[in-house]
Amino acid sequence: MLKPMKGLLALTISTVAMLTTSAQAEELRILTWGGYAPQEVIDQFEQETGITVKVTKSNNEDMISKLRATRGAGYDLVQPSQDRIVGAQKEYRIYKPVDLSKLDAGQFIPSMLSATKANTTINGDVYGVPHIWGTSGLITDTAGSKSSYSFNDLCSDDYKGKVSYRLKRPTLIGFAFAMGEDPFAAYNDQKKYAEILGKVEQKLINCKANVKAYWEGGDALLNLLRSGEVTLAMGWDAGGWKLHKETTSINFVPPESGALGWIDTFALPAKGKNDEAAYQWINFVMQPEIAAKITEAAGNFTASAGAEEFVNEQLSNSYKISYNQSSLDNIKWYPPVPAGLEIIEGKTLDRIKAAQ
Amino acid sequence: MTGRKLSFYLLLMPLLLTLTLLILLPQLDMLGISMRERVSYGVYEFSLLHYREFFTEPLYWNTFLRTAVMSILATALTLLISFPVAWYIAKIAQGKNKNLMFLACLIPFWVSELVRTYGWMILLRESGVVSGFLQWIGVVDAPVEMLYNDITVMTGLVYASMLFMVVPLVSTLEGMDDSLVEAAYDLGGNHFTVLRTVIIPYAVPGIVSGCIVVFMLTLGNYLTPTLLGGKDSLWFTEQIFTQFITRFNWEQGAAFGVLLLCLSSLIVWLGLKLSKQSFKQALASET
Amino acid sequence: MTFDLECRNVFKHFGSFQAVNDISLEIPAGFFFSILGPSGCGKTTLLRMLAGFSEPDQGEILIKGKKMAGIPANKRPVNMVFQHLALFPMMNVGENIAYGLKRNRVPKPQRDKKVADVLERIGLPGIEKKSVNQLSGGQKQRVAIARCLVLEPDVLLLDEPLGALDLKLREQMKVELKKLQKAFGTTFIYITHDQSEAMVMSDQVAVMNHGRFEQVGSPQSLYYEPKTSFVAGFVGNNNRVAGIVESIVGETAIIRSNAGQQFKTAFPKIDLKAGDAVDLFIRPEAIHIRRDQSVTSENHINGQVENILFDGGNSQILVKDIDSSQELSVSLPQTREFNDLVAGDRVSLSWDMQQSNIFLSNKKRES
Repeated sequence: MLKPMKGLLALTISTVAMLTTSAQAEELRILTWGGYAPQEVIDQFEQETGITVKVTKSNNEDMISKLRATRGAGYDLVQPSQDRIVGAQKEYRIYKPVDLSKLDAGQFIPSMLSATKANTTINGDVYGVPHIWGTSGLITDTAGSKSSYSFNDLCSDDYKGKVSYRLKRPTLIGFAFAMGEDPFAAYNDQKKYAEILGKVEQKLINCKANVKAYWEGGDALLNLLRSGEVTLAMGWDAGGWKLHKETTSINFVPPESGALGWIDTFALPAKGKNDEAAYQWINFVMQPEIAAKITEAAGNFTASAGAEEFVNEQLSNSYKISYNQSSLDNIKWYPPVPAGLEIIEGKTLDRIKAAQ
Repeated sequence: MTGRKLSFYLLLMPLLLTLTLLILLPQLDMLGISMRERVSYGVYEFSLLHYREFFTEPLYWNTFLRTAVMSILATALTLLISFPVAWYIAKIAQGKNKNLMFLACLIPFWVSELVRTYGWMILLRESGVVSGFLQWIGVVDAPVEMLYNDITVMTGLVYASMLFMVVPLVSTLEGMDDSLVEAAYDLGGNHFTVLRTVIIPYAVPGIVSGCIVVFMLTLGNYLTPTLLGGKDSLWFTEQIFTQFITRFNWEQGAAFGVLLLCLSSLIVWLGLKLSKQSFKQALASET
Repeated sequence: MTFDLECRNVFKHFGSFQAVNDISLEIPAGFFFSILGPSGCGKTTLLRMLAGFSEPDQGEILIKGKKMAGIPANKRPVNMVFQHLALFPMMNVGENIAYGLKRNRVPKPQRDKKVADVLERIGLPGIEKKSVNQLSGGQKQRVAIARCLVLEPDVLLLDEPLGALDLKLREQMKVELKKLQKAFGTTFIYITHDQSEAMVMSDQVAVMNHGRFEQVGSPQSLYYEPKTSFVAGFVGNNNRVAGIVESIVGETAIIRSNAGQQFKTAFPKIDLKAGDAVDLFIRPEAIHIRRDQSVTSENHINGQVENILFDGGNSQILVKDIDSSQELSVSLPQTREFNDLVAGDRVSLSWDMQQSNIFLSNKKRES
């Protein structure tokens, strides 16, 4: 009776021991978006440093939820958008400050680095450095005579039943801008913000019939557009450019009120175990050649200085068709989200979802 | 004597650990989280705000009601469809056929729910297989969208629940002596009265346990209603997911979770009362 | 004359298996008719055709002169008591008995009265509210019969309903059933593989084998004058001795058994000639046993007691012929004379040649 139990116990202990030691081996666990850590880049990094990289794909909310549940453990490097760092850090203490001295600042586009630093600083500590930036706008078939598009077109009868967007905060904000409001200016005035959202809510409920489906993941959206089931959608620039490669007439279009600009960052989870490897990874992927590879995988441009030169011509072309200088200047960059806004937005979104 | 006691507790350990660690503790933690309110950054205090929210905000209340009604309907439909299937498997099919039928019910469960649901989406979407087929045979002349409505959600839910209804029904019906049915006919019953007076009353324990399982599964389903329902899906579990994951509002999500548990238990209890069954009987028929 | 039940050349097969093979029968009103046969002989198939659960391939079934073809079970004026009774477990006794009345839309007051009456008649008054599970085996039997009889069927079919009872209860129920049948006057058709059940209760018994009736007749005629060797072997106990006809003298045949003994027998009903292979049947109760070995008679064996199978009134002894080692079973007379008999004792056996039955052996017939 005792002998097999002893054996079992020994087995259990050794298994646990093996699991823990394997976690302690030189390993980098990254929680990031799809395409931000392509296999080619991982292979190269592993070869150069001997550090094993483990990637988990995620999105903003999921990253924060995961870190919140473990109080910042389980990963060594995360990539939330820069507007989702300060609020989440104050609330849940899931990040740790970035030691800028360990990074090669020269590899970053200076304006982007300073903007991100400014947006992710609490009490003098910086919590994020920029990696990839992109915009949200419209994806549509541009073959028609229409020369400019607005988020309001999502409610137009021309696209009845052929529209898709995410039922998430960027949609609310995009519509607020299209309706002539400035939601970012109202970020710190909850009453005003709620008022703006009220108007957006009304509009979205009124034109809910226009919507084919609320998309959840990027691939689902691309499928809807590819099949022609949806002809106008709010989406990410990278998705639009990807479709442009397949069907020339479809492309990403910045709306009149300005595309919404986001920067995804590098941030360190509070209980990350391998900060050194994280810094090594950041310095590695910010090299222009590597950054260009990531751009090709993700479809978005990085904050790496000089990477454009290495980027595939076709991608630059679709980028150029989408953007001119004025639409670039018109990009609305997300400021940090103060805590509490998500609750107001959430209720708005719930009501829109529930409206019949 | 003490050695035997010790080994008894050692044997009991896995069960106790599972119950405590995986069921009791998380539920208690959930209950705890649901009863606090965020005051400022990282500061919480006791409050029933989130329960109040459920009862005062018609949105949540309606979502729950809708979910419950749809689940009851889905359960009833599943029962209606599964009963003949179970009857066929238990009483008519023989040997190989019987196993094949069972397998046919089981096969969909070899792939994950996500894949199954995507399967439905491929079939039913506007540019999908069914739409294409209907156009090809000339029933319709433009693509038809069959996704994103309640009927599709219902179809998906019934499909996902069939097995859990068929299994207890088959095991109850298999225990029924065929001569009961013959006796009922012999005494002058027709198809309908035999079904109503003999077969159904006999199968009640199986029906009840099948219904409980299907109802709970449907109520707690997340993927099917969300993916097939699209913009109007509005399922209560979706609400819980949203609160936890996209709103970071664990407190509200936890409160919804606790409420879902309580209200669904209440519905099951009412169902048992109405059908004059005890939970014990229903459980017994599962074995 | 119309019979309560009539079968005319009924056939039924399952695949290549001929379950019922050209059965004809006529049962007058008020008869207790048994169909006796080993399992697999087709008796249940026949009964199910009578009840309407299956249709014959050929031939017709008439009840009170009315053809039953195409009439489903629930429309036939017959009811059936099932082997395991098939009382509805979710109903109480009253509901069980009222089931058929309800299906026939008998109004509730009449229904209740009929149920009470029939319970009275089966000797279980006032148990309407009892659950079926509370009844004893015998009570269940009676309730199952009452559930049918309350509908006043022309014919009541019984499918070995006593099979599940223990011996004592079965003996009681035989008597009980016979009494019930007399009291109600309904025609009973009772199928069984137990010859004693069939013999005790029936007015007429049909012995069935391989889908055919071997013989139909009163229990006495089956016992004393079996027409086939199957009936002789199946009804009552019998010693079977295989042999060859040695010679025929008038109405007496001399048989040489395979073991070498010589027996005489009368053969009133079959054609025999010398050289025929035959089976000789001698009932154990027809054999005289004596201690005195000097007596001789027409059929005589000197033997040694091999074994005593004591079973009270049904006790038998196995006796081995000293010359041929042929074994015979003999009823032990219930006079005290043989109480001290032990294995190894010498005895002499004899029987009247009128008391044995002879049939051409099956082997010969088949070849």
